[in-house]
Amino acid sequence: MMSNMTNPTMISDSHAHTQEPALKMEGVSIYYGSTPAIREVYLDIPPHQITAFIGPSGCGKSTVLRCFNRTNDLIPGAQVKGNVFFHGVNLYSKKIDPVEVRRRIGMVFQKPNPFPKSIYENIAFGARINGYQGNMDQLVENSLRKAAIWDEVKDKLKESGLSLSGGQQQRLCIARAIAIQPEVILMDEPCSALDPISTLRIEELMQELKAQYTIVIVTHNMQQASRVSDKTAFFNAEATEQGGKLGYLVEYNDTVNIFTNPKQEYTRDYVSGRFG
Amino acid sequence: MSSSPYSGSELPDIANSDFQPNLSKRYALDQVFEQLTWIATFIGLLVLCLLLYDIISDGASRLSWQFISSFPSRRPATAGLLSALVGSIWLLCVTAVLAFPVGVGSGIFLEEFAPDNFFTQLIEINIGNLAAVPSIIYGLLGLQVFARLMRPITGGPSILTGGLTLALLILPIIIVATREALRAVPNSLRQGGFAVGATRWQVVRDLILPQAIPGVLTGTILALSRAIGETAPLITIGALTFIAFLPPLSLEGLQTDFTALPIQVYNWVSRPQPAFHTNAAAGIIVLMLVLLLMNTTAVLLRNKFQKGRM
Ligand SMILES: Nc1ncnc2c1ncn2[C@@H]1O[C@H](COP(=O)(O)OP(=O)(O)OP(=O)(O)O)[C@@H](O)[C@H]1O
Ligand SMILES: [Mg+2]
Repeated sequence: MMSNMTNPTMISDSHAHTQEPALKMEGVSIYYGSTPAIREVYLDIPPHQITAFIGPSGCGKSTVLRCFNRTNDLIPGAQVKGNVFFHGVNLYSKKIDPVEVRRRIGMVFQKPNPFPKSIYENIAFGARINGYQGNMDQLVENSLRKAAIWDEVKDKLKESGLSLSGGQQQRLCIARAIAIQPEVILMDEPCSALDPISTLRIEELMQELKAQYTIVIVTHNMQQASRVSDKTAFFNAEATEQGGKLGYLVEYNDTVNIFTNPKQEYTRDYVSGRFG
Repeated sequence: MSSSPYSGSELPDIANSDFQPNLSKRYALDQVFEQLTWIATFIGLLVLCLLLYDIISDGASRLSWQFISSFPSRRPATAGLLSALVGSIWLLCVTAVLAFPVGVGSGIFLEEFAPDNFFTQLIEINIGNLAAVPSIIYGLLGLQVFARLMRPITGGPSILTGGLTLALLILPIIIVATREALRAVPNSLRQGGFAVGATRWQVVRDLILPQAIPGVLTGTILALSRAIGETAPLITIGALTFIAFLPPLSLEGLQTDFTALPIQVYNWVSRPQPAFHTNAAAGIIVLMLVLLLMNTTAVLLRNKFQKGRM
């Protein structure tokens, strides 16, 4: 059961140390049951930048991403070893409440999953349950504006979030993530169900958001990674003796370097499409 | 046997195809199956209609306000089922108040909160088994535990005892229905809730339950419909058949003796006089009307909540 051991001061304020990484992984290995899925990841996510995770299907990108907001906790049998730091605080320390972590580190999923509530409620829900004290109407409008969807929905805030198109739903989900004023937004293939125009809008959106937020995005689209991200991490999976696959971080660098001058052969093959 | 419903459609032939669509045979199977399902439906309906016809032709003439508003009597012409009808409604309310929160609560716990371990799997299997236990066993349990051991609280074979027994009887059905309804809610909704910093209870209360409530209500009302028709456990706990008063609308009312519609019907059927058999048929019609009312409520409630959610 999720005990409430919150100590809000445990997670320090972001703006105090902008030079330090927003998120840091130190020797993180992740297991599903007794099967390892990811081994020994060391990774620094810089603040106010966009970091892209790329790699073949099943190499563990989503698994690593879920580590940052402790959503792996919700999967029965999933286990995280090693340390994940958020502004220097270990997210997996006993004193940290995962519910608080998830408010500070938001998430957008691959498939748009708006709540079956009104558009307004979709945004207000997270704020309300987290005890937001400010003006709710204002928050809803601001969040929808930041997610570049305000003009499309301002006249039908009472309608169901499910009545929107896929691309609009995804932007609604981004607005929902913004509304709880996180510092980091994790995005797991946010554009994989969208058409090129919606994809472009969301990419533009990310560029605007990075002034305020740290963004980590998983993508299968090489162009997208090279277009939007500042840093890129390439993950790969190797066959294990038990016949399974074990993911690991191959290379992590500035996006330009990953795409024009990768150090590893694997990376070169993958980004140039000669993989496999 | 008739074949394709699209006779005359002529797509250009493809030479040397590896496929042998054999459409006429597949359509024939299609029709055979359709007819089988139709026959199955028809048999069910036929039996139901025959039963209804039999009961209505026997009992409809006896239905009157006098019949509904009179207490039982030794003379069939003046006998009525007021105390049985009121007793059944009382029982139903007590059963619902007891079984709904416990059943839905256990369903939510098992589905949303409990870890998946040996202990919970044991509970799961046992709930499945409990749903299949004959109702008379519940009656025996009710007799010993509620009517005898808990006599100071329940007042013996009272409405409370009956309600507790019936609540136990339908608890497994409500738990299973609740779990089914919760399981039908997609996981992405839970993930979305957790991702905005909701606790487990907030996710369940604000996101999952509103989606599941129509299914939960339907399951509960169907379970209550089963309870209202139960005779064996009530007879076992010692419900009386001759009650010439109405339980007072108070807590003491819960501890009074009672009778219920199926018991009254059972009693009338076992009398030798044919006039009582007519009464029994009329009693069954009343019982069925109550059931119809409940099922209609179930459908209306479900529609209301389905419209309410987005
Ligand atoms: N809930 C789970 N339970 C058990 N194993 C899991 C679970 N989720 C993922 N895995 C395993 O972990 C490995 C990594 O999965 P993950 O979803 O992180 O890959 P991915 O890189 O995100 O793939 P994709 O690009 O296809 O989304 C896979 O081998 C997968 O089978
Ligand atoms: Mg993935």
